[in-house]
Amino acid sequence: MPIELYRIDDRLIHGQVVVGWGRALNVAFVLLVDDGVAGSEWEQELYRMGTPPEMEVKFESAAAAIKHLGAYQADPRPGLLLTADVETMRRLVEATGTVRQVNLGGLHHRADRAPRLRYVFLSPDEEHALRGLAARGVSVTAQDVPSAAPVPLDELLAGSGA
Amino acid sequence: MLVATFRMMTNSAPGDESSSDLRAVVAGHGEFASGIISAVQHIGGVGHAFRALSNSSLDAGGLDAALREAVTALGARVIFTDLPGGSCTIAARRLAHEVPGLIVVTGANLPMLLEYALGSGEVRLAADRAADRGREAITVTPSLNRAEGSRAH
Repeated sequence: MPIELYRIDDRLIHGQVVVGWGRALNVAFVLLVDDGVAGSEWEQELYRMGTPPEMEVKFESAAAAIKHLGAYQADPRPGLLLTADVETMRRLVEATGTVRQVNLGGLHHRADRAPRLRYVFLSPDEEHALRGLAARGVSVTAQDVPSAAPVPLDELLAGSGA
Repeated sequence: MLVATFRMMTNSAPGDESSSDLRAVVAGHGEFASGIISAVQHIGGVGHAFRALSNSSLDAGGLDAALREAVTALGARVIFTDLPGGSCTIAARRLAHEVPGLIVVTGANLPMLLEYALGSGEVRLAADRAADRGREAITVTPSLNRAEGSRAH
């Protein structure tokens, strides 16, 4: 599968993505799926500045990504798809049916979220959506960096942030 | 509003800072910022020029807010960050887009921060000098170029 990692990370492009996963997977392109960023040239430029020259960054809205995902998956280069939230990833998975694994890389504290791991906090709606993805056969695990052990969804949801 | 607050706290226009105005926020991953400021204090006794910020446990919005608060509280004109592609750099550049004259320097290291904190003069020049010092401080021994040159001769 040319897109090697489908990651939910509310920081989008940052050190763990560019250096950690970028090196481990030899990522050639990042597909950043976010309606806000897709509509802002300035935000796109900001994220482009954060990536090394050998790593291409593409920006798509959720609707456009659903249309174009097949083409990105056909790209022979190793890619990494990023969303900032569970809902955008849920839409991608359900609309395309071609995503088999989802990585929870960072969802941080918010008033409506409960701690599940040091770097994963989830609201009831987000938990429900992730369980829905798992029920469709998608492997959902939490893993911030490549050297960490992936935490399966059931184990994650039984956790309390330790 | 942020710009107004920022100017009020610094109480000076860009270009007329004295050495006492050479303050900066250092933002980085984990304990990078507090650690390197500790080293600055240990070596030069000027750790007070800096305020540390860690991105730990913060999402992008939380990091934006924390950085804004740190810059305003310190009256800083410069943000040093650790990793060019890191979340702190993204947040710093986003803030610099809002705050005229705010300078972002990436790839912070100890010689760079010491040069800045012990320097004087206009903040833009001090930041440039610090960045130069940081770059100059990076060496590899033995030098690959020298070794290749030796083989060539």
